[in-house]
Amino acid sequence: MKKTMMGNYAASWGAQLARVQVIAAYPITPQTLIVEKLSDIVADGELDAKFIKVESEHSAMAACIGASATGARAYTATSAQGLALMHEMLHWAGLARLPIVMTNVNRAMAPGWSIWADQNDSLSQRDTGWMQIYASSAQEILDSTLIGYKVSEKVLLPTLISFDAFFLSHTMEVVDMPEIELIDKYLPPYKPDYKMDVNDPRSFGALTDEQYYYEFRYKMQKAMDEAVDIIKEAGKEYEKITGRAYGLVHPYRCEDADMILVTSGTIADTTNVAVDELRAEGKKVGNLRIRVIRPYPKKEILEVVKGVKKLAVIDRNISPGYSGIFSQELKSALYNEVDIPVRSYIAGLGGRDVKIEDIKDMANDALKNDAPNDLIWKGVKI
Amino acid sequence: MIEIRMHGRGGQGAVKASFVLAEAAFQGGKYVQAFPRFGVERRGAPVEAFTRIDDKPVQIRSQIYYPDGVIVLDPSLTEVVDVTKGLKKGGWILVNSDKEPDFFDFGDDYKVYTVDATEIAVQNKLGSRTAPIVNTAIVGAFAKLTGIVTIDAVFKGIDSSIPRFQEENKRAAKQAYDEIESG
Repeated sequence: MKKTMMGNYAASWGAQLARVQVIAAYPITPQTLIVEKLSDIVADGELDAKFIKVESEHSAMAACIGASATGARAYTATSAQGLALMHEMLHWAGLARLPIVMTNVNRAMAPGWSIWADQNDSLSQRDTGWMQIYASSAQEILDSTLIGYKVSEKVLLPTLISFDAFFLSHTMEVVDMPEIELIDKYLPPYKPDYKMDVNDPRSFGALTDEQYYYEFRYKMQKAMDEAVDIIKEAGKEYEKITGRAYGLVHPYRCEDADMILVTSGTIADTTNVAVDELRAEGKKVGNLRIRVIRPYPKKEILEVVKGVKKLAVIDRNISPGYSGIFSQELKSALYNEVDIPVRSYIAGLGGRDVKIEDIKDMANDALKNDAPNDLIWKGVKI
Repeated sequence: MIEIRMHGRGGQGAVKASFVLAEAAFQGGKYVQAFPRFGVERRGAPVEAFTRIDDKPVQIRSQIYYPDGVIVLDPSLTEVVDVTKGLKKGGWILVNSDKEPDFFDFGDDYKVYTVDATEIAVQNKLGSRTAPIVNTAIVGAFAKLTGIVTIDAVFKGIDSSIPRFQEENKRAAKQAYDEIESG
């Protein structure tokens, strides 16, 4: 059924449809309305779950780890500094191979204090062993929560779903809520092979010397590799019941493009509109939205970009001292495979609005110029 | 696509008005997007909110810079904010005011309409005279003025977006709808 809702609530209703059993959260800024709504949903009896109010985000993730280890479907949401405080626990959840799903509203890291859109919070957690999805609509937030559990519980890796503060979190739009009966078939209850159970004692997270740890890491990498196809399958199965398709990358008008813009998050949606306008001006430009950055969809990206003359990446994030993170990842994927120049732009940090004109400016600049080594800071006021 | 910008002051319900308007358009079968300008919220400070209405899902995710219409919830804002900034030629401005439209000098490029939403809000016990909640009255006037949404759709929007005083809000919307001439 179609309804209007804010992006935050699309996350809450996604968790409700997934029938999560444990929600642990710390309800103070930079937390969003996601868990407030979920506490209402649980209190109203619309979801049979234990809502644990904890004393910090670190504890929120610790509680999710404990819950997931016992075989419960665990969920939490956070943002910015809150996600950073979880850092140690994120590694734990990844290496313990627990299928937790978490929503992160992409907010800029402080200082200066900011609650506005910026991807540095979640990209700082890139190497913790979590799969990472970047959504570009409220619909996708809800759908990704369901697909996230489906994939996580199959490959035994946690999933982080991120989306831009305000541009999605506080924006009301139309969301098609799937019938829960359909979702129950798509996402049956989680039944792990091994779980923490007092009646069937086992050892979890024990001291592990070099004889074994190395192989744990290898198996984690294998699971990430396998996740690429499993994400595709889970997306196709989801399309069968809802009509909405999700992959790891979402190309738009890329087939015959001379140049492809590489984007993520809400900037990607606005870029589709910019591409239509550039096409109307006779410029053969496409847009490749990177939806999943871990596992990195190298093969899928190469399939789209091979044959293109130039690439231009727009990053709403920065690895200080080098460049935008999507740009680095793309360049490393191309190396030894294809020789395509890449031009790298930084835009929209700290929630600065990225307008259609800004994207067209960057596209026109990239069309005119060959790739330099320098980063281009769109609209920086210096 | 129709793009509408609201100007209000923190506490007047501009954000809620953008949501009610979007909800009303959604009830009429449209795709919508509504969001606040992402500033720091302070009571009394100028705020902006945006609504996009289209026949297909809205993909633009930046703020509205070239609106088709502008709604001003507090007439004193016209002295401190350029409410016509970027407004398309031939666009409309709906101001909450007890004055006639020709009281406001926005130049010749726009159509100006006024409705005394403050008086209507007070009559319907929505807020106080010094801090009236004028958002639903102004949306009622918008419905008549533009014909983009019906008054019944506005009622449905109030039902689903406003948690309390729904009947008072509907009466305010209807009163404004009846008082203003269609555009």
